[in-house]
Amino acid sequence: MSKITFHCCLFALHTARMKISGQQLACERGGRMVFTNLDFTAMAGRMLVLRGPNGAGKTSLLRLIAGLAEPAAGSLVFDRASLPADTQLGEHVHFIAHQDAIKLYLSVEENLKFWSGFLGGGDVAGAMQAMNLDQLGGYQAQLLSAGQKRRLGLARLALVEKPVWLLDEPTVGLDTASQKLLANMMTLHLEGGGIIIASTHIDLPIKSSDILDFAKIG
Amino acid sequence: MTSAFTAILSRDLTLAIRQGGGIGTAIGFFLTVIVLLPLGLGPDQQLLQRIAPGALWIALLLSVLLSADRLYQTDHDDGSLEIMALSSTPLEIVVLAKASVHWLTSGLPLAIAAPVLGFLLNLDAALILPLATAMVTGSLALSLLASLGAAITVGLRQGGLLVSLLILPLYVPVMIFGVLASSGAQTGIDNSAKTLIVLVAIVLAALVVTPFASAAALRSYMR
Repeated sequence: MSKITFHCCLFALHTARMKISGQQLACERGGRMVFTNLDFTAMAGRMLVLRGPNGAGKTSLLRLIAGLAEPAAGSLVFDRASLPADTQLGEHVHFIAHQDAIKLYLSVEENLKFWSGFLGGGDVAGAMQAMNLDQLGGYQAQLLSAGQKRRLGLARLALVEKPVWLLDEPTVGLDTASQKLLANMMTLHLEGGGIIIASTHIDLPIKSSDILDFAKIG
Repeated sequence: MTSAFTAILSRDLTLAIRQGGGIGTAIGFFLTVIVLLPLGLGPDQQLLQRIAPGALWIALLLSVLLSADRLYQTDHDDGSLEIMALSSTPLEIVVLAKASVHWLTSGLPLAIAAPVLGFLLNLDAALILPLATAMVTGSLALSLLASLGAAITVGLRQGGLLVSLLILPLYVPVMIFGVLASSGAQTGIDNSAKTLIVLVAIVLAALVVTPFASAAALRSYMR
């Protein structure tokens, strides 16, 4: 595990007081209120774990924070600390959704190279190492197993540095060794002063985490 | 921004070559229409020569429409489009890159194939150059407008028919001026140079308007 060459401490200085908070948030999807009166705070260096039954609105909240949806009520505040003031929260976000955003007819390396090019330069070799994909670099993504595809999707986290990680069930399909790799990556990110908001049913071995339980809100 | 543009361009061209489907289907369809036409109309050489430019343009339009609805489909289905929307790269750049790939893989190869296939329709040899020029230019506008239709229908499962109906009216001016610019003196006076300028103007207008319109459609869909 020690060979991970993933360094996220570079933005530590910029993000020390970074904070994302929501007050009285409500989310509507297709005429149905998914949740109402939701308050949360995500602090730099800490992980906010979203818990709750299926359909409670965990994914909806993540999309709302990313800026892919508008809240029906309430307000969402992003305390930028020293990040550029004219930027949207979405630009500082790694959003790992259910889909892995990979092309099946491109190799593992080509997939990462594309995102590196699109996102303005990244460490392809380091990202492959971080998710233990070095041996698979030349394989087309259609030959990968579901868990390997997930790892390729997650490798984007190590590819380009972004202070906020929004992870939607990141451990789905991962074996225990890969879960450990992911947990290491997440710990490093938090130590560097990043924010993680993740919905997960598995207890990842990460110390500095708070829990937001959707079962306890209206 | 340029790196994002070239990243999409090279990725999608690689995919188009590896998957083969897109370019192959467009050219195959184009070929089918042009081969069947003289068989259906009979061996009247003069008639064929008269309708050749128009028939080639209709075939080009239909072939371009065939692949239009898939422009954003795969990126939408695998979640790439959302990541692109979140990034600091404007969606307008993404739209321009996708439309360029669509042109390079459908409009351009068809415009090159058209004069060759024109011989099946007894196309006047003097019209080869004006036809190719008009088609290369006009197909740019076709791809840009196709991206608009595809962006509006991106979330729909069976958006194909709707794309065709939506952008058909927008294709009409391209079609009219395209055929005029390719017909030379067939209809009396040779206005092909003047109409080509109008065609270029349509392309430029589409180049300015469609990236913003498509990006707005994509954004409103994702919200």
